[in-house]
Formats: sequence, C-alpha cells, structure tokens
Amino acid sequence: MSRIVVVGYGPTAHRLVETLVERGFDGSVTVIGEEPRPAYDRVALTSYLSGTTAEELTYEVPSGVVTRLSTRVTGIDRDARLVTLDGGAAEPYDVLVLATGSAPFVPRVPGAEHAFVYRTIEDLDAIRVAAKDAAEGVVVGGGLLGLEAADALRALGLKAHIVEMSPWLMPRQVDEGGGAVLKQHIEGLGLDVHAGAGVQEIVHAGGRVKGLRTPDGTVLDAQVVVFSAGIRPRDELARSSGLEVGERGGIVVDSSMRTSDPSIYAIGECALAGGMVYGLVGPCNTMAEVAADRIMGGSATFEGADMSTKLKLLGVEVAQFGAMTGALDVTYMDPVGGVYKRLFISDDAKTLLGGICVGDASPYTSLRPFVGKELPAAPSDLLFSGAGAALDLPDEAQVCSCNNVCAGDVRAAIADKGVTDVSGIKACTRAGTTCGSCVPMLKQLLEKSGVEISKALCEHFTYSRAELFDIVRVRGISTFSQLIAEHGQGRGCDICKPAVASILASLHNGHVLDGEMAALQDTNDHFLANLQKNGTYSVVPRIPGGEITPDKLIVIGEVARDFGLYTKITGGQRIDLFGARVEQLPEIWRRLVDAGFESGHAYGKALRTVKSCVGSTWCRYGVQDSVGLAIALELRYRGLRSPHKLKSAVSGCARECAEARSKDFGIIATEQGWNLYVGGNGGFKPRHADLLATDLGTDELIRTIDRFLMFYIRTADRLQRTAAWLESLDGGLDYLREVIMEDSLGICGDLDAQMEHHIATYADEWAATLDDPEKLSRFVSFVNAPGIPDPSIVFASERGQIKPVMAR
Amino acid sequence: MSWTRICEYDAMLPERGVCALVGGVQVAVFRTHEGTLHALDNLDPFSGAYVLSRGIVGTRKGEPTVASPLHKQVFSLVSGRCLDEDAVTVPVYPVRVAAGGVEVGVS
Ligand code: SRM
Ligand SMILES: Cc1cc2nc3c(=O)[nH]c(=O)nc-3n(C[C@H](O)[C@H](O)[C@H](O)COP(=O)(O)OP(=O)(O)OC[C@H]3O[C@@H](n4cnc5c(N)ncnc54)[C@H](O)[C@@H]3O)c2cc1C
Ligand code: SF4
Ligand code: FES
Repeated sequence: MSRIVVVGYGPTAHRLVETLVERGFDGSVTVIGEEPRPAYDRVALTSYLSGTTAEELTYEVPSGVVTRLSTRVTGIDRDARLVTLDGGAAEPYDVLVLATGSAPFVPRVPGAEHAFVYRTIEDLDAIRVAAKDAAEGVVVGGGLLGLEAADALRALGLKAHIVEMSPWLMPRQVDEGGGAVLKQHIEGLGLDVHAGAGVQEIVHAGGRVKGLRTPDGTVLDAQVVVFSAGIRPRDELARSSGLEVGERGGIVVDSSMRTSDPSIYAIGECALAGGMVYGLVGPCNTMAEVAADRIMGGSATFEGADMSTKLKLLGVEVAQFGAMTGALDVTYMDPVGGVYKRLFISDDAKTLLGGICVGDASPYTSLRPFVGKELPAAPSDLLFSGAGAALDLPDEAQVCSCNNVCAGDVRAAIADKGVTDVSGIKACTRAGTTCGSCVPMLKQLLEKSGVEISKALCEHFTYSRAELFDIVRVRGISTFSQLIAEHGQGRGCDICKPAVASILASLHNGHVLDGEMAALQDTNDHFLANLQKNGTYSVVPRIPGGEITPDKLIVIGEVARDFGLYTKITGGQRIDLFGARVEQLPEIWRRLVDAGFESGHAYGKALRTVKSCVGSTWCRYGVQDSVGLAIALELRYRGLRSPHKLKSAVSGCARECAEARSKDFGIIATEQGWNLYVGGNGGFKPRHADLLATDLGTDELIRTIDRFLMFYIRTADRLQRTAAWLESLDGGLDYLREVIMEDSLGICGDLDAQMEHHIATYADEWAATLDDPEKLSRFVSFVNAPGIPDPSIVFASERGQIKPVMAR
Repeated sequence: MSWTRICEYDAMLPERGVCALVGGVQVAVFRTHEGTLHALDNLDPFSGAYVLSRGIVGTRKGEPTVASPLHKQVFSLVSGRCLDEDAVTVPVYPVRVAAGGVEVGVS
C-alpha cells in the first residue's frame, strides 16, 4: 500500500493528510480538490467578509503531500484502481479516500438559479458583489448557518430577513421555548424573522432578483437571496461507481470508515456513519483520524459523535448538548433578560440527559461532560451559572468536542508534561484550537489541578509586582530598559510594561510620556484618553468632588458641540466626551486647559474620582462639609499611579448618599469627625468597605489615607484593587491598622515622605503635553498625512448625538 | 510594488508604532528596541477598528510582537500571525530605511 489518493480538499481531507504526515506515513499522498486552493477554515468563513484574506484562512499543505487543485474527479474505475480527472487524465491509487464533503441544498423553486449559497470563498465573493447595489436580502433557512449568513448580509449593509420553514429558529438545536427567546434576540438586532414560512418562488426580472414569494403569497422585497436550508452529502462519485449509498444520501461506511469497497474510505460530511451524516468539524476530524490510523495498519474505530453545539451568533449564546427530550425536565425562563435554560433528566431524576440554552450558555461548559452521568447537584442549582465552576469532572468526560479531548487527557497533559497554561494544553492536546468554546473549561481544569500557578508577572519577569516594586525602589532603578536588562529577559509585553510604568510613576512621578516611559504605556495612557471600540477616544476632565461652576459646564458644552462629541454624565459624577479622533485631542484639551480643567485620569490606573454628597452646607441632615473634603482629597491624590484604579467618596452623614462604602477608601461624616472605610469595591465583585478608624480629625484622617494608599501601592499585585488586596493581606484589617496607624514595621516615615513627594511633584499631564511639541507630534492619525482624519471612523446619530458605526 | 516614504526614521520612537496612509491602505509601522522596522496592516481583525499601530510593542519568546490596544491579542511583527489565535493573521508589508527615511511597500 503505497499510493494514497484523496478526493476533495476540505478540512476533513486536510486533517487526514496532516495526521498521515505527522505519523510518518512513507507512501505517496495525492489530494485532488476542485476548489482553486488547498483546504481552508470553513468554520471561520464568515470572517472573510470582514477582512480576513483567503490566504489567512487557508491551511498549509503538509510537506510531501502532492496537490492537484482546480481539478475535479469525474469517475472511479474500481477494477483498474484509478480515478479519472476532468482534464481527461487519470490517477492510480492503492487506497482511495473520498472526502468530498457536502453541498448546500437548494430547493427546486422557480428562480432558484438566481440565488446564492454560503459555503465557499467564491460564494462569498459573489454575495459581496451582489450586495453592493442591494438594499435588502433574504436568507432561506434559520439554522446555525442561516443565521450566520443573515448576520453577514447585515454586516454588508443590507436589511436582512430570515425565512424558516419550522415554527421557530434553529429547530435542530433549540425547542419551542428556546426558539421564542432566540427570536426576540435576533429581532432586537434588527433582523426580520419569518418563521413557519417557506419559499414559493424567487421573483426576478431581467436577470435581477426582486424578492421572494412565500406560499401564502407574501412577497419580501430583496435583491439578494441566499439558500442555507441544509446540506446534501456529495456522494455522486460513489453512486456512479457502484458503492453503497444511503437512502437519503451519504456514502455508507463501517466503523473503520471503509466503504463497501475495502480499498476505498469515505470521511467527513460525505460519509454516512452509523446511519448519520455529521455536519460539524469535530466528528469529521475524528473520522479523518480513524481513517489515517487504519491506513497505517491501526485498529481505531469511529463510534459516532457528540453533536452538541455551542455558538455565539450575533452576540447571542446558543447551546445544545445531549438529548433534546427526557422524562423530566427543569426549565428556567427569563423573557425580560432573554435567557432560556432547560435540562432533561431521566425518570428517576438521577441522570442528566441533555440541555438547551439560549442567552446564557454557561451550563453547556459545566454540564455537557455530565451527560449520561449522575447529576452533580440539584437541577435547579445547575441552571444558574457559577454552580458549574465547582463541579469535579470525571476523567472520561469529554471537554473539547471539536477535537474529542477528555478531562483525563487534559489532566494528563498538566501532570505529565508540566503544562501550566491554556496555550500549553492547546499545543499538547489540540483541545481549544477549533471553535474555542471549551477554553473556559480548560482554564477551570488548570486552576483545579493544583499546579503551582507561578507568581511571575509574565514571561519577561519571574517576580511579582510587589517584588519588582521593591527592586526598583531599593536599587533606585529609573528605566524599564535597565530593569529588564538586569532583572528580566526579552523586551517586555502588554502586561509587564504598563505595570513597570506604574511602579516608576508611583516612585518618581515624572510625566508618563517622558522618554522611554512613552513606550511602556497602554494606548489610553499614551494618548491620555480612553480608547473606544471604533478607535476614537473619550475625554474626561477632572471635576473634583463633582462640584462644577456654570461657566465650566458651559465650556464643556461648547467644546462638545464644536467638536461634535457625544456627552454623557458618568457614574463618577463627571462628564465624559466621546468620539474624539487622536488629532483632535490636543485641540480639545487646549480649550479645556485654558478654561481651568485638568486631566481626570479616566485612562490611568490612578485616582479616578472622589464623589461627594451635598453635605452640611445645604443638606438638612449633614453634619460635616463632605463636598469640601472630597475636593481636598481629590486634589491631594490626583495623578497618583497605583496597581489598579482608585476611587473614593465622602458622605456628609450616615445616610451615605455618596456610596462611600463601595469605594477603595470611603469617608462618612460623624458628629465628632470622620469614619474611614477601606477596601470597598463596586464592579464585578462588589464588597463593602471595612471600618478602619472612627471619629478621626481631618488631619489624622488624611495622614491615615496617605499611608493606606502608599502601603497598597507598594505591596499589591498588578491589577489588584484594594478590596482583593485587603482580603489577601495576612492578618487583614488588624495588621493594616498596626502598620499604618501604629507603625509596627517602622515604614510610616517612608510612606509619608513618598506621598509628600507625589503631592509636591504633581503636574497636570495635559497641560504639560500641550507645552511640548515633541509629545504633541504623536497626536496624528497618519504620520505621513497629519491633517487627514481616519476615514474608517464613521458615526450615525442617535437621540440627537453621534454614535460609532463599525464596518462590521 | 512601489516604495512610499512615510517619515524620518529618527521620528519613530523605539518600541512604538505609527500609522501611515498609503494608497488608501492603513499601514502600521513599528520600530523595535534594536531599531528594526516592521509593517503590519493597521486593522485589528478582532475588533474591526484600525488601531494596531497604537499597541504595546514587546517580545514573546524572543519574537517581536504588538498587542492590540483594544482586546490585547498579540501579533507577531515578523509574520503578522496572531500568537493567541492560530487562525488569524494580519497582512505584513515590506518596510525599509532609505536616505534616513522610512519607506513602506504597498502594491
Ligand atoms: C464612563 C463610566 C461609565 C459611565 O458612563 O458612567 C465608566 C466607563 C468605563 N469603566 Fe467603569 N465607568 C464608570 C464608572 C464606574 C463605576 C461607578 C463609580 O465609579 O462610582 C464602577 C463601580 C465602582 C468600582 O469601580 O468599584 C465602575 C466599575 C468598572 C470596572 C470594574 C472594577 C472592578 O473592580 O470590578 C471596570 C473594569 C476594570 O477597571 O478592570 C471598569 C472599566 C471601565 C472602562 C475603563 C472600560 C474600558 O476599559 O474601556 C470604561 C471606559 C471609560 C471611558 O471610555 O471613558 N469600570 N465603573 C464611568 C466613569 C466614571 C468616571 O467619571 O471616571
Ligand atoms: C459558513 C460555515 C460555517 C460553519 N461553521 C461551523 C461551526 O461553527 N462548527 C462546526 O463544527 N462546523 C461548521 N461548519 C461545517 C464545517 O465547515 C464542515 O463540517 C466541514 O467543512 C466539513 O469538511 P469536509 O472536508 O468533510 O467537507 P467540505 O468542507 O465540503 O470539503 C469537501 C471538498 O471536496 C471538494 N470536492 C467535492 N467533490 C469533488 C470532486 N469530485 N473532485 C474534487 N473535489 C471535490 C469540494 O469542492 C470541497 O472543497 C460550517 C460550515 C460553513 C459553510
Ligand atoms: S449623605 Fe447625609 S448629608 Fe449627604 S446628602 Fe445624604 S442625607 Fe444629606
Ligand atoms: S470544543 Fe471547539 S475547540 Fe474545544
């Protein structure tokens, strides 16, 4: 057996030849494909419309494999053991593998010849051209691919309709209840769903499509129609050469992937294995691996495959695993939040049979491996996310369905090969390399495997942030280059550079764009503004304590109006101006600085805001001047760089209108003075701040906060807010009190001096930038065309203001 | 392919990028610590925004890289390959220094 010929060069053929080459097959391998290029990532096909090129999607042909592209196989002469090609040539084989895939099903309705299908790069090219002068499009078929195609039409700028025969969308993955919630999501995105409708005719005139007529006579206007109504295995070669094919199509194979002729295999979407045609890459890859093993004398078998799916389509999570019925079921439905989750359970309520999720697919990741096994917890608990994280997976539970990898395989990679991160698992097991939906699961397995998760900041430094802070401080290091040359390796990355920039800024307080510092900053710090999704920036001037004069409010309004910016009051008691292009930032700030504004550091890991309530000056309950204190604190700590952002608030009495207890440091007025709370957090994991000290006088309060902040800055991890830092501090609040109020470590003098240095050297970053032509020269969209605005930035209008429009 | 001069070599900061508009194409040009230049397409394929020139330049296992400023995916400056997502690559363009100026080649 030396000559292998593969017909069709799709992803399945690719996995076959890749496996053969990897395993050292020593015969010749020839792949004949009708498409003009080697196999490409069909799963990612849609990304072609948003700029991924054909070359990027295309797989590399494994070395030694001969390809004949743009060549169709027209027949098989089984007696002579050769295949005939459309040019008339022939190719002899010892073993033939059919990997001809499938073709989209196009119903025979009048006008169907004017419609498109959605399967190859050429199909997408054709759709793109047709979409250029079209306004509306219809996709026939509301399954997985149909929705993807409809989204693509929408991204091409068309008003898109979906026509689905079944009474609800994605009937193969979701039930009626799930379909209803899904429809709500899809319509919310501006797509029109026509469920329970068929196609009578494609209306056309003069070679141009005009619309689609449904059986009830309705005509949907459209200039582009795409069929995505299922697939048919391409078994025509097998049929014409007398191989057994299924009644409804598909080349019949046994569990070794052999057809009725033992020297011919069939794999992928063209094969009918155990009475099933599999339309997902996972099972197709497994078939390819089984065939490769058999060709090389092995005894692998294909025993069917899990058809579970999880996808995020148009931003909606949809998942289905295991069975879609069961004796018992538990359903959670939240039509307002757009969430539907249902689990199917055996009649003794012990075994998990399957599940359906729309809007929140978290049960998929945690529960799919338990299908056919005993329920790991009460069904109602399982329906809520979070419950899944604590579950212990059995070794044989499949984690990655695309590549058929079990929990045990991943554990083995961690234990035997010393893998410590997800990319290591990917390299060792292939898990997570296809659709990526199992990556959260891989992370959980890593976390629970007990591997010593290294404290190293990243591959460039083996130290934690706190250790680096001490190195920089004790050795008096002033540049990143010196630090990495002496204590690290390589040239850094997006993790260590901003972390070191923050350490250097906390210790030296120079301008964040001075010299080499500029190269360390995240784009936000680099442009002293916050990057938005379309490449524009937002501008947040500081408004200490939330207090602002009418004149300053007018200036903000005028600036926003003159530069056409979107304005919004933030949750931090100030005003955000969105949509500025880089070259506009200096002009905007010129106006703001002239009117007395300063940078609000919304972009920095630094002090954000000190919110205030109105306090004793106006409020009938107030016992202290909360606004005055908030302003004093905000001005004291403005520009202070820290491991993560810092927020504060001051309330004028115990009613707590400023929400001080949700802040990193919060102050609440008492009759005698101030109560100081630390370690509060809103956000992802809210935490109420702990009471550190009561009834402090203003001076003592400020000194305590100074030390609290400096101690945190010295010892916290990268991106660790004070809440998490306090929780991880050995000895907790009592220890903190000893260090900063009783000076148990003898460092308070040092901490105080550091804060004095910060306050004495503070300068507004924007004012300094405006005075420095060298720094200003970086604020251009194009270095070779400084006056030209970025043409990719486009806005629409909503409620009287701009909003970004993405090309996709 | 023709060469287009975009700026003085000395105007480029080490370990930062600039963006140039060349025949309608947005080209992100980076200067490494060693002084080598690399040019990638400015389009971040993950977000659809033209921002790669504004990412942090560094290295991964010795290979020079840039991290997208939007969601931090890391790309090789040499091949344009995304080192966090196998299937994704951004186009690379030829770049050179001639007479003290930076030139990119876009066909
Ligand atoms: C603008 C604003 C929303 C608004 O329109 O109101 C906002 C916007 C952003 N927030 Fe926020 N947060 C804003 C108030 C808040 C608040 C409320 C507050 O401060 O009182 C919170 C909860 C309080 C807290 O932080 O504990 C808040 C919790 C977060 C978090 C979660 C932090 C956490 O510890 O879990 C993030 C993510 C992060 O920082 O890693 C975040 C991150 C962000 C980022 C920076 C996300 C990003 O990277 O693009 C947003 C960009 C701001 C921009 O482009 O200008 N934002 N964010 C608010 C700006 C306040 C200001 O004036 O500076
Ligand atoms: C837009 C899109 C999105 C998808 N998304 C997902 C997803 O998220 N998850 C998932 O699991 N699956 C997805 N799929 C399905 C997945 O792409 C298929 O399961 C996979 O492509 C099957 O591979 P195959 O090699 O068996 O068949 P194909 O990819 O169809 O390859 C067969 C090849 O053989 C060629 N051929 C056929 N007959 C001949 C002949 N006589 N001579 C020469 N060449 C011939 C064909 O031209 C074709 O190139 C998606 C498919 C599409 C179209
Ligand atoms: S916290 Fe007290 S002082 Fe402040 S506004 Fe509320 S009630 Fe008034
Ligand atoms: S399940 Fe798709 S990559 Fe793992």
